[in-house]
Amino acid sequence: MIQVVRAGALTTVQDLGRPGWAHLGVPRSGALDGPALRLANRLVGNAETAAGLEITLTGCRLRVTRTTTVAVTGAYGPLRVDGRAAGLGQPVAVPAGATVDIGAASHGVRRYLAVGGGIDVPPVLGSRSTDTLSGLGPAPLTDGDELPIGTAVPTPSTVHFTPGRPTPDVLRLAVRLGPRDDWFTTAAVGTLLSTPYTVSPVGNRVGARLAGARLTRARAGELPSEGIVLGAVQVPADGQPLVFLADHPTTGGYPVIAVVDDVAPLAQARPGTTVLFHGPQR
Amino acid sequence: MRIREVGAGALLLECDDGAQVEAWRAELWRQRAAGRLAATEIVPAARTVLLDGLTDPAATATLIAGWPPPPAAGTATGTLVEIPTRYDGPDLEAVAGHWGVPPAEAVRRLTDTEFQVAFAGFAPGFAYLRGLPEGWEVPRLATPRTVVPAGSVALAGPYAGIYPTASPGGWRLVGHTDVTLFDVHREPPALLMPGTRVRLVAR
Repeated sequence: MIQVVRAGALTTVQDLGRPGWAHLGVPRSGALDGPALRLANRLVGNAETAAGLEITLTGCRLRVTRTTTVAVTGAYGPLRVDGRAAGLGQPVAVPAGATVDIGAASHGVRRYLAVGGGIDVPPVLGSRSTDTLSGLGPAPLTDGDELPIGTAVPTPSTVHFTPGRPTPDVLRLAVRLGPRDDWFTTAAVGTLLSTPYTVSPVGNRVGARLAGARLTRARAGELPSEGIVLGAVQVPADGQPLVFLADHPTTGGYPVIAVVDDVAPLAQARPGTTVLFHGPQR
Repeated sequence: MRIREVGAGALLLECDDGAQVEAWRAELWRQRAAGRLAATEIVPAARTVLLDGLTDPAATATLIAGWPPPPAAGTATGTLVEIPTRYDGPDLEAVAGHWGVPPAEAVRRLTDTEFQVAFAGFAPGFAYLRGLPEGWEVPRLATPRTVVPAGSVALAGPYAGIYPTASPGGWRLVGHTDVTLFDVHREPPALLMPGTRVRLVAR
């Protein structure tokens, strides 16, 4: 059992999400930095699909009631077990009753904790992920919550230590234009691929909002609602792009000018980070 | 039908109208069930069908372009779901006024219409129901309500819809139902799937 001593700003249970239900309006959800959660799971000997915790910015404090192994990946920041510093990106033995303190992120945004056996809340539509848009899955953690831990499979980790990924001040994101780049002026498409944008503080699990040069439309009128993919760069009426992350709605009516290939770095980008979009062109 | 690439792993099929969307949606689901198409998501919408989770979108586009276009006629073969509806919504009079008929006539029009689920979105289990005749489009509220009760039967644009859970919303509320639209313990969890025929039966 994991007892939540301090839940922090936003700590949620996440696995790799619930794909396959978009036709019913169910978002994919899942860890925003999928590679970080997969790595944490591998470090403690879990399947990559096991559920862990996604811990946002301010960290959290947990107590583990049985002897287990944890691993913390993703954003940098302190990790302490019963007050003693422990390493990131490696398996850490935790005795029964010990406190695990995941401090505030010093670089990056989201930290991932995996525990041997995974977090064993009941799956909803095949996933244990918290979906902040539709409310499926367990609610975000609050102080005093108790989370069941699954039975640890005694599979030794094949990885013993992994260096962290630095979070750059300037993020270069590869995009592919379309499907609705033709709804924008040629100049707007050029602007998207040549001028810096800044990660806005008004981001969440649904999307990362960016601020910068306004992207002007070539066509007036409304686009009929259409299906949305992860990483879609949607441009609402104010002309400021929004990149959809895991809890994105399944359909939407603003034109998508481009799609980001890999959103994981964006999930770790702090407000104020400069984003540069670049090809491949379509 | 035109095919656009979307990012590294998806395709968007652009159709002429909602009937063609439904025809392609049904055809793509059939092809996937038969093992001839691998896609994690097949998501119909107003004028498009999205295929996501493709390993080789260009090859899938070539494959689909080689299939004969599915006939749009005779596709309204989905199961029929009757939704017992109390036509007591706060916007019923406004909708009737917009149509230039008395409220009783507006209710008759709605009960006489056979709807079909065009697509889902907005919330799990929320279905966009097409079937209102042309010219019956209803404008959204200028200012959305902060809370629309679960089960509200509503109209907006060319669509009808039922709110599965309480949420903000700008659709015109014409009635309500006690039917559970989305239940994660049900198989399938949504009562109204793309293709399902729907009648909003007065009770």
